[in-house]
Amino acid sequence: MAASAMQLGGQQVIQQRLRQWLRTCLAMVLTATVLAGCQSSAPEPSEPAPEPAATADTTPAPPAPPAEPSAFDENLNPYVPGTTRLLARTFYFAYDRTVISPDDLAALEMHATILRNNRTRSVFIEGHCDERGTREYNLALGERRGDEVRKFLISAGVSPAQIETVSYGEERPEDPGHNEAAWARNRRAIMIYR
Amino acid sequence: MSSSWRLILLWTLTLLAAGFARAEQSLDTIIIDAGYDKQTKIAIVPFQQGPELAHLQPISDIVSFDLARSGQFAPADDENMLSYPRTKEEVFFRDWRILGVEYLVIGNTKTDMLGNLSVDFRLFDVFNEREMVADVVSTSRDKWRDAAHRISDQIFEAVTGIPGAFSTRILYVLALNAGSPDASFRLEMADVDGERARTLFSSNEPIMSASWGPDAKRVAYVSFETGRPAIVLQDVATGARELLTQFSGINGSPAFSPDGQRMAMVLSRDGNPEIYVMNLADRSLRRLTRNQVIDTEPSWSEDGRSIIYTSDRGGRPQIYRQDLSNNIVERLTFQGDYNARARLLPGGKHLVFVHRNNGIFHIAWQDLERDDVRVLTATSLDESPSLAPNGTMLIYATQDQGRGILAVVSIDGRVKYRLPSSAGDVREPAWSPFIEAL
Repeated sequence: MAASAMQLGGQQVIQQRLRQWLRTCLAMVLTATVLAGCQSSAPEPSEPAPEPAATADTTPAPPAPPAEPSAFDENLNPYVPGTTRLLARTFYFAYDRTVISPDDLAALEMHATILRNNRTRSVFIEGHCDERGTREYNLALGERRGDEVRKFLISAGVSPAQIETVSYGEERPEDPGHNEAAWARNRRAIMIYR
Repeated sequence: MSSSWRLILLWTLTLLAAGFARAEQSLDTIIIDAGYDKQTKIAIVPFQQGPELAHLQPISDIVSFDLARSGQFAPADDENMLSYPRTKEEVFFRDWRILGVEYLVIGNTKTDMLGNLSVDFRLFDVFNEREMVADVVSTSRDKWRDAAHRISDQIFEAVTGIPGAFSTRILYVLALNAGSPDASFRLEMADVDGERARTLFSSNEPIMSASWGPDAKRVAYVSFETGRPAIVLQDVATGARELLTQFSGINGSPAFSPDGQRMAMVLSRDGNPEIYVMNLADRSLRRLTRNQVIDTEPSWSEDGRSIIYTSDRGGRPQIYRQDLSNNIVERLTFQGDYNARARLLPGGKHLVFVHRNNGIFHIAWQDLERDDVRVLTATSLDESPSLAPNGTMLIYATQDQGRGILAVVSIDGRVKYRLPSSAGDVREPAWSPFIEAL
């Protein structure tokens, strides 16, 4: 996973900040401190990375409608670059946590690459929670989860204009069950391409 | 405390009377535990009810069930009564003393050609052979159940000294096919006994956090109908709706101030969930919190001078109180690592809230002066406590066999009843304030 996380989209200049961030994440993977330990990195100083200047200046995707037919399926869902396997679009979180799992960084990095290479595409990120805890608190927690994914993408060079987030809190479970397995499936962020 | 849950009364009222087209949607009210050792014995003699009213549920039944739900009364069974007096002259106190009845209610119902209804009733103290209340409730015939609940309110207050809250209503969310892609949501309003449920709003997108205006004429809630959370105001009588806020991010937790002029809410438009107060006249916003943590679930003190809310500024969600005049913040809860969505009891000295204990969510009560915390509920995944306006009971949401149901518990934890719905999962109840006009 670490290797693929490094396969960054060619022409894009990687910001110093992103490098540092990825390095921190890598370190986390390597030290293999299990999920419980991930909390330590939670309150990163909140300020989202300064947005990489407005989007307009770079060649504004000229009139070439069939952008990259091979990158997406008919439902606009992206493939793992260079394959016909769909890229994971749902990312799960630990109970009460909003930190992205190190296991998801590679896939998220691929999403960032795809979005950087397809500036006309945008993504809608939904944040969700399990049913434990109060509903309004969970609405806030779901927003945090969506925001973590958003921040990752922005720090990886995706334009903020390509990203929208919404929290559904615990209102839209993926699994209607009331047990650990269902709860684990419900704590998630989902990326919906448009 | 008795550990066994006694099923003392199963009262499933399926009202099929004309005019109650949505009766199939009503909540089934089941008393689980009327936990007082000494309940007041009361007899509600069946009221005279003419043939034109014969299809309606007897008023004496509605009143008996109201009083039974309070846990403080044990209404006598009709069949055990030695007589059925209709007038004061027909009352023989000895007949009632033999049965151990402490209070007696008699009454008569009348209607006229214009559809007006009048119910006269009297409450007697049997041991002192004294008439305590004699009154006539007049209204229109379609307010049959309202008339009955008004009588319950008066009886309850005359005997206990506490205003009855049987004429109040509840709001709640009914989720159909919850957890499936074709889930749908309805904002429902019902009498507090679960009857006469009707839909105020329905949507294929989630509905959350319903709350009442102080006059019970307006409600506010969060609707995802636009694809994002928005705060909606709705007039109960006309159904007219207005989208109050649609900022980017969270628009949540609407809470009317006690005077109805302002609304506390949560907005994350500046990047983080914060508590705001909106002046409803000019829609101006005042921001109360400013930090990088989650602040949510505001609720007003009775005097409108302070707001309590949930915040994880200390690392875990706890309840804080902020004075609106000087912004001084005080932490209120200290026991446990998850205390949220608090409501102050009338008088402001006690709090009810969601409390996590060993990973299980319960409703707890706290004495703010003595820091004494008591867990009131024994079910799991308990949430959304909402107080009756007389402060004697609270309604909350819980689960029963994987299904969302509503439940009520008295503030001392001893009386419990449940309100499941056969229509779907029910959640997020909000108990109305006292309702003035009949």
